[in-house]
Amino acid sequence: MRATASLAEDRKTVKEIRSGRSVVLLTLAVLLVATGVVSLCVGAVNIPLAEVAAALTGRANEVRYEGVLWSLRIPRVLLGFLVGSALSVAGALMQGLFRNPLADPALIGASSGGALGAVFIIVLGSTFFPGIALLSDLRMLPFAAFAGALLVTWVVQRLATSGGYTAVATLLLVGVAINALTGAMIGLATYLATDAQLRTLSFWTLGSLGAADWQVVAWTAPFCLTLILLAPLWASALNALALGEAEAGHLGFSVEKTKVALIVLTAAGVGASVAFTGIILFMGLVVPHLVRSMIGPDHRGLLPGAAILGAIILVASDTVARTIVAPAELPIGILTAGFGAPFFLFMLLRQRKKALWS
Amino acid sequence: MVAVLTTENLGFSVAGKPLVSSVNLLVSCGEVVALLGPNGAGKSTLLKLLCGQITPQHGRVIFDGRPLDQWPPRELARRRAVLPQSSAVPFDFTALEIVLLGRSPHGDAASCASLALGAMERTECAHLADRIVTTLSGGEMQRVQLARVLVQIDQAAPKVPRCLLLDEPISNLDPAHQHGALMVARELAQEGVGVLVVLHDLNLAAQYADRLVLMKAGHVVADGAPDDVLTEQRIGAVFDVRATVARNPVCDAPVVFIQG
Repeated sequence: MRATASLAEDRKTVKEIRSGRSVVLLTLAVLLVATGVVSLCVGAVNIPLAEVAAALTGRANEVRYEGVLWSLRIPRVLLGFLVGSALSVAGALMQGLFRNPLADPALIGASSGGALGAVFIIVLGSTFFPGIALLSDLRMLPFAAFAGALLVTWVVQRLATSGGYTAVATLLLVGVAINALTGAMIGLATYLATDAQLRTLSFWTLGSLGAADWQVVAWTAPFCLTLILLAPLWASALNALALGEAEAGHLGFSVEKTKVALIVLTAAGVGASVAFTGIILFMGLVVPHLVRSMIGPDHRGLLPGAAILGAIILVASDTVARTIVAPAELPIGILTAGFGAPFFLFMLLRQRKKALWS
Repeated sequence: MVAVLTTENLGFSVAGKPLVSSVNLLVSCGEVVALLGPNGAGKSTLLKLLCGQITPQHGRVIFDGRPLDQWPPRELARRRAVLPQSSAVPFDFTALEIVLLGRSPHGDAASCASLALGAMERTECAHLADRIVTTLSGGEMQRVQLARVLVQIDQAAPKVPRCLLLDEPISNLDPAHQHGALMVARELAQEGVGVLVVLHDLNLAAQYADRLVLMKAGHVVADGAPDDVLTEQRIGAVFDVRATVARNPVCDAPVVFIQG
């Protein structure tokens, strides 16, 4: 017991690790505010910082700037924060749930399912129910996307599960197949769509925050915030799941209930995000990994960390996407996939070395 | 002695093929029971039934006077821990973090660092505390997992009946650590914990267990003190070998020699 006491003194206690974690989270939060401010200043029209501050406090000197800020940039930054957080938290949840750092809401069909639901409402809805102005009814969109995301995720999960056991390799492969199928259906629907039906194929496959306005923010926020704010409730269960599904059960967690809850939360956040921003790839894969490398894999730090860093990365990417070729806009998915896809390959090679495929 | 884990006429079959048939088992507080038998005898299935991972078609499992399925999972987890045979952890947790996961049913992991380190010292892995678990060898991981189940059932009130189920806890360990791990099991029994351990090594079982339960083809074929269970005739019949039983010079337990 003497040796125990000295060992405990010599090494970092859990409390110290925790405080290290909160320093990182605090730094990220400061960066989040900075990113938001920069993103408000920069664009096709550059707005001086003083003007941004003035407009935010309702004392704008130039009406021109005030209009750009309040009707374009502020909702766009808010949508970026919400969607970036939601996708990253969803990624962390799926990786923890399926015990695989390569899981991603897009890979298991949540994103394409959400897009399918949204496209269905936009294109086919107005064909089959011409009397109802679904197109202008934004309220339908997140619900349809949520339903689509839930349906496709459920189908993928069912197909990959046999005898109560979900094989991760099968899950990812089924996800690829279902993604191709839903991708084809989205392509067909956009081909059938009339000019009035707004969204292009590139919007759905590469994503854009260009649709942001206050109404969109209002209809995305409840879904994304539900995911972001409720996810930490399952942090301890996800930690225990790292030991294995049976082991988490022996530690007193209900694995089946956790699975259902997390898949529904993910479908809600990812579905609503996809409905208004298209499929933004690789956020859910890359961001949790970056956070783990900063503060470790404990989900009590990982989930809030992924929420903050995801918001930073997406808004920063969007700022680049809309300034680099201004006045035109680069689809944001080109940026996230440009960085994310090589990263995914790197992870795949690393994991193959560890031989975790089972 | 207080019974902590009992089964009544337990049966489980898959597609009509019985894997476990009418097993009546009793584990009391303060004893080490070793579960033995050839491959495919139903040991793993029985262990899964005992820990509630699968539900029996016949009979039931009773933990501390209450059927297993009537226990709130968290309350059960504070008093009964299960050591898995082997486990890969997909993320870079440190060994100490893994041990602290054992406290999750108690919700006090933040204040248990020295408890966890104490357990790691007991299982001879305290020097690995800050190592990333994905870099540990199979034997090192087994000792870390053993420390985790120790802290899981650590109680402020040691009089509460507790139980530890260990599935081949020494399969990856060198001889020194095999004896170390089984010593820990013995110490726990002395503290009042009922320990059930699946083993393949008959001689280690005879040396460390109070009672041996021998299984074959889903049935319990013998249940008793090492001297009563490990007879030449019975070992020959159950394992399909020619066996010679002698005395272990170290601890006065039976020791089994096998001729192919």
